[in-house]
Amino acid sequence: MKAPRVSKTKPAPHRTAPRKYDLRLYVAGQTPRSLQALSNLKRICEEHLAGNYRVEIIDLLEKPQLAAGDQILAIPTLVRAIPRPARKIIGDLSNTERVLVGLDVRPAQRTQ
Amino acid sequence: MPNAQVLPKSPTGIAGLDEITFGGLPAGRPTLVCGGAGCGKTLFGIEFLVHGALEFNEPGVCISFEETARDLAVNVASLGFDLEKLQKSKKLVIDHIYIDRSEIAETGEYDLEGLFIRLASAIDAIGAKRVLLDTPEALFGGLSNAGVLRSEFRRLFAWLKNKGVTAVITGERGERTLTRHGLEEYVSDCVILLDHRVQNDAVTRRLRVLKYRGSTHGTSEYPFLIDEKGISVLPVTSLALSHVAPLERISSGIAELDQMFGGQGYYRGSSILVTGTAGTGKTSVGSQFLDAACRRGERAIFFAFEESPGQIVRNMRSIGIDLGRWVKKGLLHIESARPSAFGLEMHLVRMHHLLAEHDPQVVVLDPISALAPGGSQHDISSLVLRTVDFLKSRGATGLFTHLSDLDDLQSTSLSISSLVDTWILLRNVEVNGERNRVLYVLKSRGMAHSNQIREFLLTDRGVKLRDVYVGPGGVLTGSARLAREAEVQRDESARQRAAKQRELAARSSLQSLDAKIAALQAERESCHAELAQTAEDDAALQEITRNDRAQMQRSRGVVVDVKEQRPNGRKL
Repeated sequence: MKAPRVSKTKPAPHRTAPRKYDLRLYVAGQTPRSLQALSNLKRICEEHLAGNYRVEIIDLLEKPQLAAGDQILAIPTLVRAIPRPARKIIGDLSNTERVLVGLDVRPAQRTQ
Repeated sequence: MPNAQVLPKSPTGIAGLDEITFGGLPAGRPTLVCGGAGCGKTLFGIEFLVHGALEFNEPGVCISFEETARDLAVNVASLGFDLEKLQKSKKLVIDHIYIDRSEIAETGEYDLEGLFIRLASAIDAIGAKRVLLDTPEALFGGLSNAGVLRSEFRRLFAWLKNKGVTAVITGERGERTLTRHGLEEYVSDCVILLDHRVQNDAVTRRLRVLKYRGSTHGTSEYPFLIDEKGISVLPVTSLALSHVAPLERISSGIAELDQMFGGQGYYRGSSILVTGTAGTGKTSVGSQFLDAACRRGERAIFFAFEESPGQIVRNMRSIGIDLGRWVKKGLLHIESARPSAFGLEMHLVRMHHLLAEHDPQVVVLDPISALAPGGSQHDISSLVLRTVDFLKSRGATGLFTHLSDLDDLQSTSLSISSLVDTWILLRNVEVNGERNRVLYVLKSRGMAHSNQIREFLLTDRGVKLRDVYVGPGGVLTGSARLAREAEVQRDESARQRAAKQRELAARSSLQSLDAKIAALQAERESCHAELAQTAEDDAALQEITRNDRAQMQRSRGVVVDVKEQRPNGRKL
């Protein structure tokens, strides 16, 4: 699968640490749902992946050609490009637990 | 055409479909094409796009939810569609959308804006006028929030309409609904149903326009076929009975049969049905017709459903018809196919393709009854109807043979006879321990035709017809006819002999009369002679007597006046 590398890049808070998670958030314009997803994502990353991630925000209204590469259908979609295999989480990321399970940060059966 | 101006239509380019829908799918609106697995939905959509791109200058977008662009291209390559070339020349965009449930988690609200964006960018990239969404319902398998999907589909179709593209959306047939997830609720402008069912081990595909808002359309189920040329839909009936009716007559190839049709044979462009029981010579009648056509230098096709080309040529040679030379010349094409080889529709479409290719003036189908095993009269009549219409529209003359038993005849007459122009019946007559063929013309539209039953002979110089004798026990054929012929001949020679005898008798009596006349004549002449002699003798005697008396008187010395004494002298 082709990994698009160009778009708005939000630099990770701790650049020196090795990035383990490479995430892309696909949105379509500044809709309330997109903003909601973005803020949820920021919060989860800060809380659970501090210094360990990089996030790309891709606005498909600006770059519609990027939708096909990651098979984006639903908006918003969060793609975990690295580590492989790729995973996708669709929706506004309002359920933190599910997002963590989806990102494979936390196994589904165990709690923190 | 009704409504042609009211509702703009987008021709599909699919053979036959544009006729049924009077021009194509509703332009700028979505059409739902639904049917079970393998019914040809995807092909329908791809054809719609490809014809649009190639023939109507309408580029198209295919959003495939099931197959990848590569798979699609490979699948339709056999039909001669080069999707990759179309993509390169910016006439087609294929986007494959799939969702793998295992790699997707859902949390919170979402919509399908991504799909809209992809579709819009594909449409805008090439200025597409046509869109195919190949089974978008597949998304129900990838996403669990059916409520979102439904509302998004509703939005999608409205969006497509707004965009002004003509869309084809395919849907898998559901158990009780047209599509599994009830897409028909949202796409309500035009719904086309594809179906295939197995009948007598052969698959028949059918297409039905279930709904077409704002337009008239053919409502029947139309058989269609997928072959190497793509989809062909066959309208059951020609939409208008507007064939031209040529006045030209063509020979049936059997001189005596031509005589039965006023000496001129069939009308060109008419349809002829030859019905008969087994072994009555139907194929021979057809072959004579083909032979006659080829002799005139016309092209002909023989569709045989029971015999191979080689077998037909051999068998017809046995009655003196050499079809082989016409095949060699390229005038005659013999197409043999087992009826069970494909479904009825496949046969029909193959016929249509061959007819279009070979463009014959004369076509023989032998026998059409073989095409509908089990003999559903409806099937046969629908088959005949379609073929008749097709042939007539091409101006070709068609001869169909039909195998039936006598009990069948009535039902045949009900279902087929009204479709054909000329109906010839062949029958076996069993009498006096032998079986003979007879032929008669049941009907022949628009021409005087004989009401006679003729005996039908297969000779080594082709088919010959004989007058049959009508005896006290009905028509006489075969030996009975020969016996009757011999009897007539006997009677004739007896009559001739009697006449001869009478003539002889008359001649001889005439001769004897002549002889009698001659004898009487001779007798008469002898009588005349006698009379003359008598008078002479008498005169001589008188002279002598007078001389004697004078001498005597002289000697006695008496002078007598001779004159006075003369009367008395006679008494002496």
